[in-house]
Amino acid sequence: MNDVRYLAPRTLDEAVNALAAAGAAGRILAGGTDLLVQMRSGAVKPGVIIDVKRIPEMTAIEETADGGFRIGAAVPGAVLEEHPKLSRVWPGVVEAMDLIGSTQIQGRASPGGNLCNASPAADSVPAMVAAGAVVTVQGPQGRREVPVEKIPAGPGRTTLQPGEIVVSFTLPPRPPGSGDAYLRLIPRTEMDIAVVGCGVSLTLRDGTCTAARVSLGAVAPTVLLVEDAAKALIGSRLEEEALEAAAAACRAACRPINDKRGTIEYRTKIAGVLLKRATAIAAERAGGLH
Amino acid sequence: MNDETMQYRWIGKRTIRPDGVDKVTGRAAYAADGAMPGMIWGKILRSPHPHARIKSINTAKAEALPGVKAVMTGKDLVEFPVETPVPLGIQDMRWMSRNIMARDKVLFPGHPVAAVAATSQRIAEEACKLIEVEYEVLPWVIDVEDAIKPDAPILHDFIKFEGKPSNIAGKLEHKLGDVEAGFAAADVIIERSFRTKPVHQGYIEPHACVVSVSSDGKATIWSSSQGQFMVRAMCAYLTGIPQSDIRAIPAEIGGGFGGKTIIYLEPVALVLARKSGRPVKMQMTREEVFRATGPTSGSFSTVKIGATKDGKIVAAKGTFYLQAGAFPGSPIRGAAGCSFAPYDIPNVHSVGYDVVSNRSKVAAYRAPGAPIGAYAVECVLDELAEALKMDPLELRLKNAAKEGTKAAYGATYPRIGYEETVRAAMEHPHYRAPLGPNQGRGVASGFWFNAGGESSAQVNITEDGNVVVITGHPDIGGSRASIANITAELLGIDYRRVNVLIGDTSTIGFSNLTGGSRVTFASAMVVTQSTEKVITQLRERAAKIWGIDPEAVKWENGEARPAGDNAGKFPPLSLAEIAAKASQTGGPIGAGVQLNTTGAEGGFGTHICDVEVDPQTGIVRVVRYTVIQDVGRAIHPSYVEGQMQGGAVQGIGWALSEEYVYDRNGKVDNAGFLDYRMPVCSDVPMVDTVIIEVPNPKHPQGVRGVGEVPIVPPLAAVSNAVYRATGRRFYSLPMSPPRVLEALEPATAEAA
Amino acid sequence: MAKLHITTTINGEPVEFLCDPTQSMLDVLRDELRLTGTKEGCGSGDCGACSITVDGRLVCSCLMLAAEAEGRSIGTIEGMAQGDRLHPLQRKFLEHAALQCGICTPGILVAAKALLDSNPDPTETEVRYWLAGNLCRCTGYDKIVRAVLDAAAEMREAAR
Repeated sequence: MNDVRYLAPRTLDEAVNALAAAGAAGRILAGGTDLLVQMRSGAVKPGVIIDVKRIPEMTAIEETADGGFRIGAAVPGAVLEEHPKLSRVWPGVVEAMDLIGSTQIQGRASPGGNLCNASPAADSVPAMVAAGAVVTVQGPQGRREVPVEKIPAGPGRTTLQPGEIVVSFTLPPRPPGSGDAYLRLIPRTEMDIAVVGCGVSLTLRDGTCTAARVSLGAVAPTVLLVEDAAKALIGSRLEEEALEAAAAACRAACRPINDKRGTIEYRTKIAGVLLKRATAIAAERAGGLH
Repeated sequence: MNDETMQYRWIGKRTIRPDGVDKVTGRAAYAADGAMPGMIWGKILRSPHPHARIKSINTAKAEALPGVKAVMTGKDLVEFPVETPVPLGIQDMRWMSRNIMARDKVLFPGHPVAAVAATSQRIAEEACKLIEVEYEVLPWVIDVEDAIKPDAPILHDFIKFEGKPSNIAGKLEHKLGDVEAGFAAADVIIERSFRTKPVHQGYIEPHACVVSVSSDGKATIWSSSQGQFMVRAMCAYLTGIPQSDIRAIPAEIGGGFGGKTIIYLEPVALVLARKSGRPVKMQMTREEVFRATGPTSGSFSTVKIGATKDGKIVAAKGTFYLQAGAFPGSPIRGAAGCSFAPYDIPNVHSVGYDVVSNRSKVAAYRAPGAPIGAYAVECVLDELAEALKMDPLELRLKNAAKEGTKAAYGATYPRIGYEETVRAAMEHPHYRAPLGPNQGRGVASGFWFNAGGESSAQVNITEDGNVVVITGHPDIGGSRASIANITAELLGIDYRRVNVLIGDTSTIGFSNLTGGSRVTFASAMVVTQSTEKVITQLRERAAKIWGIDPEAVKWENGEARPAGDNAGKFPPLSLAEIAAKASQTGGPIGAGVQLNTTGAEGGFGTHICDVEVDPQTGIVRVVRYTVIQDVGRAIHPSYVEGQMQGGAVQGIGWALSEEYVYDRNGKVDNAGFLDYRMPVCSDVPMVDTVIIEVPNPKHPQGVRGVGEVPIVPPLAAVSNAVYRATGRRFYSLPMSPPRVLEALEPATAEAA
Repeated sequence: MAKLHITTTINGEPVEFLCDPTQSMLDVLRDELRLTGTKEGCGSGDCGACSITVDGRLVCSCLMLAAEAEGRSIGTIEGMAQGDRLHPLQRKFLEHAALQCGICTPGILVAAKALLDSNPDPTETEVRYWLAGNLCRCTGYDKIVRAVLDAAAEMREAAR
């Protein structure tokens, strides 16, 4: 009935081996803010719980040699928020993690868990996608690097192979004149699952947008990378026509559902609204001093 | 606060509540904190269907599971045939019994069907899954408008309306004058219909109890409830155990708001404890609370109000359909009775319809029914004021109920403080503060009956000259602080020398529920009378000590003194000195009073609300809120303010974000705090309060009761504010962002 | 199912307990260690009534396995007062009547203390957003926020 095992390996290899050996019965535990809820509701009945928080590579934040960042997948959101340089360089990524749940949730919730739980409404994922994050995955077959947008496969499903663990997120070096932002719409001021989430990362040079990535959450079975929206922004000076074109591209990319959190019509409309607002914030940050 | 309070030492002062330290240190014992030696755990098996006949229940496999000590079903409770009403307070045991455990039918998803007690929660849950129930699924209906349609599935074939099987289980009507004549004389008439969704009381503490039954059949119940005497009575009815053999002890209660004025777990735990011979603990999960306790009614109301062009209201009509859930008993009394109560209207017709449907049975929720009715009336008044080109507060002032006004529900008002609340609103800086872009200001008033009812108290003087007060009502809002204030005031001693405790059914006399805004009102009366008896005893003891007549002794500032110079020159005797001599002067000093208190008078409030609306997203935020209420006398101003603020924020949640959402199988889709959206700390601003004191002449301290009125005005106050911010009227709640946005952009709904 | 033996520190005291691998920290605190000050309001991290600190970090104990407490330092409401000396937050809550039924109070106090430990001078908005994960149904939050701001002021004054 209940021979659940709890393991707290200290190395990544131990964790990978344990996960591979457990097969479908294995679950990774980082912050537990999804896993424990699912266990309590009976949705998930793990046979082996593998706590990865004692693995140094998964809980560290480092600056890479080329000026980027590597964020351990099990780093709690609150720790991310407290990293002064990360908050300055990637305020959108940090604020996206910061928006997940309450202060208590942020004390535990991790970007790896948020990504791998694969809720279409995950808050940190659109910001990571907009940032162009690359995840490092380790499994029985070895290590590989994957663009973050390739990980979610559908609600509750990822493209990870059996035994694979997301180890860290690598954020690329930031060209000067870059800024990012994440906005979400929720009915209250806190505590709700995103009805729509929008992440925008862009680079401005002399007022012209030279690079952009736009991502939407909660409007499709997985987080979306909206390339048409980025195209509408690139080369523009972010004037109203460009913003409206990007907003229209976002609305067109939406494939939302009606559920207790929002209607199709509402989500579609809001996707456009958030695109404009997030772009404005990202642009201001791009023009601001680091 | 008026000048009379200046002469009080404790009444009106912000003293520290006697139970406060325990609450801020985590020591206070709530129901789920309890444990008894040998305790096992109870769990309930619940119906998955909204409506079905139970064809059979087979518990054999569950009983065989190791660790299972008892199993029960509806057959283990006393049966109450549907033909014979069995009233208990405002409840009926026919419905209570079936609500607690289904008999032949399940009527909502979550309806209890059986229960198990086992040595661990996990085993009890596993055992529940092994119980085999055969259902014959029936068609179901939830929404009140669907339930009254001629072709709606009928829940109970014994319920008939106008001779035909129906889901309309009752009707309540109030009439004053002649509304048709009134409307004929009106220059302006506004008629609108309104819809609200079910909302939950939202107490943070789930229901829980620990129950034990000894071999001689004597039961002890430790539980979270708003009335230990109600717990005892219902358990006695349902199990056949005499009330004298049931000791119901009220734990500290983690919120109730009316939702704990009935019970769900205790009789089940009692049967399981009796069968197993072990104490049984049961606690609901949050999901069970949302699915299977008593959110208030969803509703459909139509209100028509007519006025002459000078602003005098000449006729008012209201029809209120309230959802009762699985069994009769929606709060139509509050909807039909309170909605027009703040106004002096010569012609009124107010009708409430009690409609059953396949959702959990309602329980009371803070001024039950009144917020629903006031929502409709106060919004129509806002439109009427606009049509008359009058300020909405001016309209209310012009038609304000006063002393001598006859209310449609039957009362003729004594001295009341409604006008004062309207004037205070008009003069409040909030009403004149400038508004920013996308902001709007709304006002609304409200009324609640308030109640008196039975109460008992014991006041005993300890041998060291301090005071123990036992009262009978669970303390849900800080009432112990008020009682300490009153007792200390009467005795003339420091309030810290008064300890106030809540008795259980074996240690204090009968006391009615904590609810109806009545605890301070009723307990203050009996505590006052008990304390006055104690003071009489103290005077008699001093008289004995001095060898004079008790009439010659007065009690002043905590001491007995000779009443005049010819009584004798004796130095005063303190409470401690008299107490020390108690056994030599006649025995213990103490007195108790049990009363059915009367003289409760209704309460009135007026609220001002500012909102800001984001026109691109439809999000509404309350940016300023003021609650003005006549409370009679604020015995403890901080806890009075707390009631005003708490009720207002519940109303804001009801107006903007709270609602029950059902999936297409008739099951609650949002049975948790994540998607049942109650206001969080960052959602609301500071809530300003203005306490008006027009003392109730029928109460020793002038108390009216405060707890329920504050939830009555906010639904309309927020709606009227949203109108002024957006130019759009809303006729249904909640005004959630998608609905607001849709109303703001009706012509340009963007397709995907 | 074999029980795990966990060694941890709770409110500064060394504690050992046995637990099932799937038991939450909340269940162990309440049912095994009889530290019932931490409350269960929902069991899913949505109400904050179960708030504790782990190595100084504010978390929901219902979303943490008891096994994770190994080697950590846990702070609960029971550790907030020093003997009979209440923490300024506890005193201010009583003075401001920032509680009615009191069920949310332990969680809010633990959360507020974590706030003031990291930010001794929060604005009203910062207090409100920090406490957004602590539901209160009785007070409407007004007096709670006032009590926290008042306690913060007193603590800043005392630190000077």
